[in-house]
Amino acid sequence: MTQPPPVLENEFETEDIFVNMGPQHPSTHGVFRMVLTIDGELITDVTPYVGYMHRGAEKLCETMDYRQGIGYMDRTEYLANFNAELSYVMAVERLAELEVPERATWIRMILCELNRLSSHFMFLGAFGTDVGVFGTAFVYGFRNREVIQDLFEEITGDRLMFAYFRAGGLAWEVPDNFETRVREVLKDSREGLRELDGLMTQNEIFRARTEGVGVITAEDAIDWGTSGPTLRASGVPMDIRRDEPYLFYDQVDFDVITGDHGDVFDRFYGRIREASESIKIIEQCLERLEPGPIVPDRLPRMLRTPAGEVYTRTEAPRGEYGIYLVSKGGNRPHRLKIRSACLSNLQALRDMTIGGYVADAVVILGSLDIVLCEVDR
Amino acid sequence: MKGVLKSLGATANAFVRRPVTRQYPEMHRDLPERDRAFPILLWDDDIDEPYCTGCHACERACPVECMTVLMKDNPNHESVGGDSRRRKIIDKFWIDYARCMRCNICVEVCNFEAIAMNNTWTGHEVSVYDRADLVMDLPQLLAQHRAGELDEWVADI
Ligand code: SF4
Ligand code: SF4
Repeated sequence: MTQPPPVLENEFETEDIFVNMGPQHPSTHGVFRMVLTIDGELITDVTPYVGYMHRGAEKLCETMDYRQGIGYMDRTEYLANFNAELSYVMAVERLAELEVPERATWIRMILCELNRLSSHFMFLGAFGTDVGVFGTAFVYGFRNREVIQDLFEEITGDRLMFAYFRAGGLAWEVPDNFETRVREVLKDSREGLRELDGLMTQNEIFRARTEGVGVITAEDAIDWGTSGPTLRASGVPMDIRRDEPYLFYDQVDFDVITGDHGDVFDRFYGRIREASESIKIIEQCLERLEPGPIVPDRLPRMLRTPAGEVYTRTEAPRGEYGIYLVSKGGNRPHRLKIRSACLSNLQALRDMTIGGYVADAVVILGSLDIVLCEVDR
Repeated sequence: MKGVLKSLGATANAFVRRPVTRQYPEMHRDLPERDRAFPILLWDDDIDEPYCTGCHACERACPVECMTVLMKDNPNHESVGGDSRRRKIIDKFWIDYARCMRCNICVEVCNFEAIAMNNTWTGHEVSVYDRADLVMDLPQLLAQHRAGELDEWVADI
């Protein structure tokens, strides 16, 4: 009779290792630090630390009048400035009961969607680099983003810090060749999207790296308060543009893109498809664009609002960008709170990462498309 | 095999195509006419004095408080035998370019169209060794428009 070999408990001592990733890590998309607890190759715990970029934008805005605050909104969300500005000016408009002219609204919509496109191009490029050797994707993504950014520069005068929306309308009229230029950009973007789609989605290695990685269930995604493409990838069809239309989103026709698995691939592919939806929306907007005023007839030199409070939210490329504005009368906010989409999305990181491999941590973080400026404000 | 030929084709194409890269310090890209660099003051050629009356409107509206304005009585005013209709005129003016966030608000609030955002490359290439050199004074702010080196584009609002 042979005895089974004795099972050794703890054959050799193992110990968890803490790996400090960031704050100065090239793949954390800014200054973000996470401490990974790893057991061999497996991640057993993640602790994210945010706040390295805190500049107190909310408090700063309380010290300045409504127009001056617009510039600061740009600086909280530097990849989707128009969306950030829009939330803010919409809050002020709602408080002051300003009527925005139609043309201004259509232009705002076009610019916001173009901004979504440029932000998604940036994501596609940067995500390619996160996944691995896709230097090509990075360059392709940036090439297309550059075209859009050039258009923004022609319209607003600045490449990033536009400061173009004003409470009541726009700062100045768009150039005469606006429509043709937008159509050119759209043509270019459609081409670029197709190319990137072919380059990444149909790449076997890319799919192996992303499919089934960083899964989060719909319930968890909702519990963490995620929004935008991150939430929709888990199959929750929530889109503020459709659920609570602002601007003229109720008058255009577009699909809300959802995923099935809530993994990294869905979050990535959702953005590609969403970008095509944006192109569709912009085309519809261009058709409806009529000449007309871009600011209300009677706009006071110094805008004052009655006392009250208001919460406005917009569907920014990364999710719900909300502004909670309390006014006690006068020309400046009494309290301003920015609801950052990235901060909530980032909280879900722990759920997504635990149980995965170290190499996937960067991919998962990249798939959230965080902007640290917005997280820390 | 097809793939290899295709990639060779792409390489050959890139080889003969005109490069899109510009050799930056030597070659500049054309800036759009409403490009916003830093604000500068404009010069009234008819009367040979600045447009700015030192009214402080821009100073009060600037979100980052980077401007300092001092006004004085215009020595060239009609009442003292001059040919200008500006009773007050700018005496000293500083803008701290290191703090300016290029928001265009000063241009919007100015009633005299005396200030504009620089839309030339000179406005973008302001690198210095000392931060203090970024505080521009009146002659520096006026120099460019006075010399006629500014493409004017003033927002119509
Ligand atoms: S630049 Fe215009 S707003 Fe500023 S002090 Fe001069 S005149 Fe007044
Ligand atoms: S552009 Fe803005 S920050 Fe700069 S000086 Fe003018 S008001 Fe101040």
